[in-house]
Amino acid sequence: MDKSNKSGAEALLHSLHLEGVELMFGYPGGAALHIYDAIFNQDHVDHILVRHEQGAVHAADGYARATGKPGVALVTSGPGATNAITGLATAYMDSTPVVVISGQVKSNLIGTDSFQETDMIGVSRPIVKHSFLVQRAEDIPEIVKKAFHIATTGRPGPVVIDVPKDLTDPDHKFEFTYPSEIKMRSYNPPKSGDLSKIKEAVDLIEHAKRPVIYSGGGVIQDDASDELTELARLLNFPVTNTLMGLGAFPGSDPQFMGMLGMHGTYQANMAMHNADLIVAVGARFDDRITNDPNKFSLGAKKIHIDVDAASVSKIIHADVPIVGSAKECLSVLIQEIKTRDLAIDQDQLSLWNQQISEWREAHGLNHSLLELGPQNGKILPQQVVQSLYKETEGKAFITSDVGQHQMFAAQYYHFDKPRQWINSGGLGTMGFGLPSAMGVQLAFPDETVACVTGEGSIQMCIQELSTCLQYGLPIKIINLNNAALGMVRQWQDMQYGGRHSSSTYENSLPDFVALAESYGHIGIKVSSFDDLESAMRECISLKDRLVFLDVDVDPNEHVYPMLEAGNSMDYMWLGKDKKTW
Amino acid sequence: MKRVIALLMENQPGALSRVVGLFSQRGYNIETLVVAPTTDPTLSRLTMSTQGDEKVVEQITKQLDKLIDVVMVSDLGSSDFIERELMLIKFKKDSFPRISFEDSDVVSENNEIINVQVVGTSTELDALVKEIEDSNPIEIVRSGSLGISKDANTLSIEN
Repeated sequence: MDKSNKSGAEALLHSLHLEGVELMFGYPGGAALHIYDAIFNQDHVDHILVRHEQGAVHAADGYARATGKPGVALVTSGPGATNAITGLATAYMDSTPVVVISGQVKSNLIGTDSFQETDMIGVSRPIVKHSFLVQRAEDIPEIVKKAFHIATTGRPGPVVIDVPKDLTDPDHKFEFTYPSEIKMRSYNPPKSGDLSKIKEAVDLIEHAKRPVIYSGGGVIQDDASDELTELARLLNFPVTNTLMGLGAFPGSDPQFMGMLGMHGTYQANMAMHNADLIVAVGARFDDRITNDPNKFSLGAKKIHIDVDAASVSKIIHADVPIVGSAKECLSVLIQEIKTRDLAIDQDQLSLWNQQISEWREAHGLNHSLLELGPQNGKILPQQVVQSLYKETEGKAFITSDVGQHQMFAAQYYHFDKPRQWINSGGLGTMGFGLPSAMGVQLAFPDETVACVTGEGSIQMCIQELSTCLQYGLPIKIINLNNAALGMVRQWQDMQYGGRHSSSTYENSLPDFVALAESYGHIGIKVSSFDDLESAMRECISLKDRLVFLDVDVDPNEHVYPMLEAGNSMDYMWLGKDKKTW
Repeated sequence: MKRVIALLMENQPGALSRVVGLFSQRGYNIETLVVAPTTDPTLSRLTMSTQGDEKVVEQITKQLDKLIDVVMVSDLGSSDFIERELMLIKFKKDSFPRISFEDSDVVSENNEIINVQVVGTSTELDALVKEIEDSNPIEIVRSGSLGISKDANTLSIEN
């Protein structure tokens, strides 16, 4: 036990250190200044000064997603706290372990509309897993312990610790003790699933003729990719991953059907629709997957493994619900399968796999677009992603923002490893890409980290280019510049008669090369297909510098496939004039 | 269908707002809500009634259970239970009706005003409200439903 006299601020920092925190992201302000002074006086926890609190939380989130360790952000009260809200909501929707510490006005000023006062606990309530308002400085160590425990266990999620300034007063010292373990009577996340249910699942697996393994972000969060891959190989069942689950199963493996859902591959969506068994692991059947839930895969039995009981049978009824950690449940499931001599109908299974291959051949994505050269004199955005894949040998960490570029990155970069693909899947937060890349790059200074973005998204947190200069973060920004809010315009093309309401900039875009240079970085412009691959090579080879690669892409390109709203998963647009019905 | 859900939660600031907030956040309706401390001062008991089918109630109880401050949740309707609600009614003396309701008492009376207290199930109280409509009660106050299971099951934790 660590005993010494500390102020609330010192206790906070020391508690973070004891939780294994090595760096945090933040922005100082009045209510947080005692804490910042305590940061100055210790050398265990590094602090990265961002340029906007949203960036701090996204960076902590990116760090958490890439490492599996909790990310920490520190902000001041009022506007500092409210600026952190988008970051919190992003982390909440994607269930990532983030701890946000917010300064608060002094206890005696709370509720008086004092300067820079916001009810952070109230404002953040619907978008956090839990939150704490510190009421006594002496409680800080236990609250930190609880916050990290809650953020990282069960279905992970963000936790807020709101600390009134007087409780961090350097003149108020108390004996510091850090609890070695924490018990909470109201919080007991499940570990192993019900064995009888797992046995029922094996029965369904044994009799499946058209099975699909559908896995999501929960598998990555729980580090269960090895188990998922083992299960898939053991059964020779086809696999699809959600946007959040990419990398849980090797993206370049022939057994992998690609992503499913709104912009999923033809074969993945067809397989889901025609399956007779869906084995869902760490996925939540959200609306971007199911399309109309009343028409969703009506012929399939569903096995649903999830650590969050509330996610099971929330949207789609689970025939076999298994509530527990993905890793534990998959391990037990694999053991059960191995101990029983399953009589899976291999002829039927190979017919099914054959069918999937035919779907893939008929309407699968073309992963050799680079070989086609320019299309109508233009660079296709997909070609840029393929070029990035080629030059990084498929090994880079890829973060992204939100829109067409995000979908192209998800579709065309094959993620072979978990935690390699980092995007805001649930909330769909534009501006996530660059700050989250900072978190990844700080965690893995020697790895290539690329942010695939668009000229719309990148401008939402562009100020973090300054942070990248301060800390020497050699992120590669791959800007798919179509001079329009691409996904908005795609919907306007498809559903609003091509009326491009407020989705273009009318020649107001900045010169991104000059902008990058003014922040002390390198900017490269690519307008011709012939320059694409050499520019990409140069960009990736500049290991020690941030490079902003601004690529003019075909502004008319749409993302396909695209599910037709209100229908089942086999209703897909495959091109501007091509659909499945 | 009317459902009564009871839960125990940490008697802490913010706990109630999390429970109530969950309902608006998830689009559930609360018809009645009663909160009071229990004999264990660290716990509050909250009873709410809501409308919903089996699936909705299952979701509500799961989501409530997920809240860190909620210690235990019970869908009282899953077994036989007793539901009671208290209603206070104020009448002008000259329009005070005959109330045939079994469990009712006059709790105050002066030359002008009579206050009556009634205890019953919320359905019974609904019926009574209709019945006395013509007597023009000046004010009706209802407590919201409380519930307790008929069998040996209790909503409590071992300390």
